[in-house]
Order: sequence, then structure tokens, then C-alpha cells
Amino acid sequence: MTLAAQEREPARWVRVVAPVAVGVIMFALWVLIVDVLKIAPRALPSPFAVAGELVTHADIILEDMGITATNALIGLAAGAIVAIVAAGLAATFRPIDGMLAPLVAAIAVVPIVAITPILNTMFGASSQFGRVSIAALAAFVPVFINVLRGLRQTRPVHRDLLRASGASGSQTFRFLTLPTALPYLVTGLRVASSLAVIAALVAEYFGGPADGIGTAIAGYAKSGKAALAFAYVVGGVAIGLAFFLVTLLLEWLVTRRRPT
Amino acid sequence: MSTQDQATADLAVRATGVGKVFSTATGDVVALTDVELTVEAGEFVSLIGPSGCGKSTLLRLIADLDDASSGQLSIFGKTARQARIDQDYGIAFQQAGLLPWRTVAGNIELPLELHKVGRDARAARVAELAQLVGLSDFMDRYPDQLSGGMQQRVAIARALAEQPRLLLMDEPFGALDEMTREYLQSELARIAAETGAAVVFVTHSIPEAVFLSDRVVVMSPRPGRITDILDVPFGNERTEALRESPEYFERVTAVREALHGAPTERANER
Repeated sequence: MTLAAQEREPARWVRVVAPVAVGVIMFALWVLIVDVLKIAPRALPSPFAVAGELVTHADIILEDMGITATNALIGLAAGAIVAIVAAGLAATFRPIDGMLAPLVAAIAVVPIVAITPILNTMFGASSQFGRVSIAALAAFVPVFINVLRGLRQTRPVHRDLLRASGASGSQTFRFLTLPTALPYLVTGLRVASSLAVIAALVAEYFGGPADGIGTAIAGYAKSGKAALAFAYVVGGVAIGLAFFLVTLLLEWLVTRRRPT
Repeated sequence: MSTQDQATADLAVRATGVGKVFSTATGDVVALTDVELTVEAGEFVSLIGPSGCGKSTLLRLIADLDDASSGQLSIFGKTARQARIDQDYGIAFQQAGLLPWRTVAGNIELPLELHKVGRDARAARVAELAQLVGLSDFMDRYPDQLSGGMQQRVAIARALAEQPRLLLMDEPFGALDEMTREYLQSELARIAAETGAAVVFVTHSIPEAVFLSDRVVVMSPRPGRITDILDVPFGNERTEALRESPEYFERVTAVREALHGAPTERANER
């Protein structure tokens, strides 16, 4: 490696150590403010207290994580399937594209938080359906937009090739259009997965059944159990991270054979 | 079938009065006009000419990738459309056009898969083709792991998959460096001789056209048309020694003069 290259690109150990250092410094500051100087407000508990709550209440935290994660996952799957079908129709039939475009634009600009209380009330306090549908709505938009774009990315030389090979319309779709769109689909899914988790969690702040991570965070924060509320936040982070990493892996698997 | 129909069916390509007009926002553009051309079975014919002379357009009409605006075009006595559906031709483009998510083997067998050839028959044919183009050791590689020349060889193998009697090639070596290019020209000459397929070969390169062809069709732009057809009587002697021979240079000069004889070309060149 030349000297110039060394100056431009940090060494590998720097790339690993830098974020770790940030984490250590943040943690040290947290401990200093809360445990050493004791100047923190009541709502900010010690990291050790959060860890303690995580251990003692692991069973109920995991249970609530299961509820929220399931809502997010069903919402993500449902939203993605509807989005893929809609994008497929829009890509195939121009008029349907024209019909869907304003609808998708409308869904895209509606703040999900705004309609959450309405949907929760609509489906009642005993049903997860309101939460699932909010997650689905959140997941729909990025998947639809990305898949529709992906379905239009076939290269002229590939279209010529399939035509010259006497491929039928459905064969062209299966052998060319769909594989071309696949990387776009997984990119859409990666974006949608985080949105679905956020939507499912936030939806719980606005009513519905008395379970799930969001319900617990809101409840314990109000009742002054800050450490337990934070333990639940850690659970929420874990769900979001899991969704993100799985879709990231999926994206890597699909795109590693394609030049960008 | 009458004798004349029989004669037409024996011809790989027969074009009579073929023209192509593209409609654009600024008006109609005549890409090709009044093309008279026949290609015998097993014959190697190059189309050469400057940009805009319609050589690629003519190839696309033969391949039924575009429709002719006028005239008659028959491929082995059939319409271009029927010939395409019957897979009477294989085609290779300037860009190899490999599907990046398929391996070398997967790309070569694509036409066979599209026509529902069984798995075992496909594997056997792919092995045969890989041998023909010298890629047997690269069957499991992906296109992004191959050089440009190797990608183009995959594309040629794919074009030959269905044992077509006609091979259509649109500047297949245009994007390659000179060394790879000469090597692949020799390979193509060998493959064309081995398979006995007729070839219609679009190129910018005079030496390439002379080295490969039985006949060189010289074209000229505005409007795209055929201005001359030259015989290159070297038979199957397409060896490296040919590139050094006086007869070869003589033919190269003849084609160059035919190209520059076109009035519009003269205006550009001088």
C-alpha cells in the first residue's frame, strides 16, 4: 500500500476500534453522571440497574418481545406481499400504474402515528390486527417503490436475447424480469423491516391489547420504573437489530453476484 | 414445393427490397433502404460500413427484433418471425449480455431451458459447447469473474446451443482488445467451419471482415444501403498465416476502397 493510500483509508484496526471506543466513552459518561456524580434525573437509571432488570425480568420481556416482533413480522410479510403484487400489476399494465401512483403517494405521506389511534380503536382493544395493519402499511411503501423500479430495470440486450431465444411473455418474466428485480426487492425489504418494527412498537403507545414492548415501555415509564422501561427499550433495539441483520444478510446473498 | 420455393428454403437469408423507417419526434428517419441480399447456407457474410449505415438494423430485421417497413425477408424460406420462434438462428451481441445471476453453464443452457430441453440433455450439450469454445474449466464461474473475451465466448456458445443453421453476430468482438480479438476471430472461423452454420456478421473492422468472410457487404449511411458486395475467396483457409499474406492485404485494400468510394464517406474522411 502506498503512503497516499494509507493516508486516505484508515487501517482495519481503526475501523473496528473507533466505534468500540465511542461505545466505551458513552458508557463511561453514563456511569459517571448516574452512579459517580449522581446528577442524573430520576428517569435516567444506572446501566447496571437496567442490566439487573433485564436479567430478573427476562421472561416477561422476552414474552412481550415475541408479541411485538410477531406483529412486525406479520405486518412486514403482508405489506410486502401486497406491495409485490401491486408493483407487478403496475409494471405490467400502465392504467393500473396510473391508478396506484396517487394511492401510494398518499400512503407514503400519511404519518403513520396519525392514523394509529384510529385503527386501534377500529379493531378494538382485544385485537392485534390494528397494530399488524399499521406495520403492513409502513412496510408497503418502500417495497412497492423498490420492486416497481426493479421490474423496470431489464437491460435492452437482455430483452433482445430473450426475444431472440423465442421466450414467451411469462418466460421472459420468470427468467429475466423477476431476477433483475430481486435485488431491488431485498433492498425494499431491508428498509421496510426497520419501518415495520418501529410501526408495530409505536402502535402500542396508542392503545390496543395490554401487551408488547411499546405498551410496557409506556406503562413503566409513567409509573416511575425507569430501569425496567429501559430494559424493555433494549428488547426493542434487539428486535430492530434482528430484523435489520436478517434482511441485510438476505440482501448480501442476493446481490453478491451482480455488478452494481 | 416448387423448385423456386426449394431454392429459397435452401438460402439462409433472402432479402428483397427491404427497408426500415424509424419514426422519431423530429420526423421519419430512413435507416435502411432497398436491401437486396442473399446468404447461402453455410456462407459467412460480413456487413461493414460506418455508423448509421444500417448494418445493425439489417441484422435486427433478420433476427425479427425489429419489423421491416418494406420489402420481403425470408430465413430458410420462412418469415423472420417464424424463424425466430423455430430457433433457426443463434445470436450474439456486442455486449455479451450474460445474465449475471447465472453461472457460465447456466448462461449457455438458457436457450435450451427456455425450450424445455431435459436436464440431462442440457448438461450434455453444455459440456459439448464449453469444450467447443474452450471454457470447460469455467462452467461454475459467474460472468463477473470472467474477462471480456471469455464472456464473449460464453455468448457464442449460448448462440450455438440449439445448433442453429444461421448465426447472427452484431460486432461481437467490438469491445475487446486487439489480441483477444484476433484470437477469437480464429476461434470463430474454426467454429463456423465445424458447425457448418451460415453467419451474418456485423463489424466496423475491415481486416476482421476480410479474415472471416466469404463475402463482404459494404454499406453506406444516409440512407442506409448496400453499396458493394465483394468476394473473399479464401475458402476454409482462415489461419494466422492468412493475416500475413499478400492476397489478404489485397482484399483488405479492395474493401477499404469500396468503403471510401461511398460519396458521404469521402466527405467525412478527407
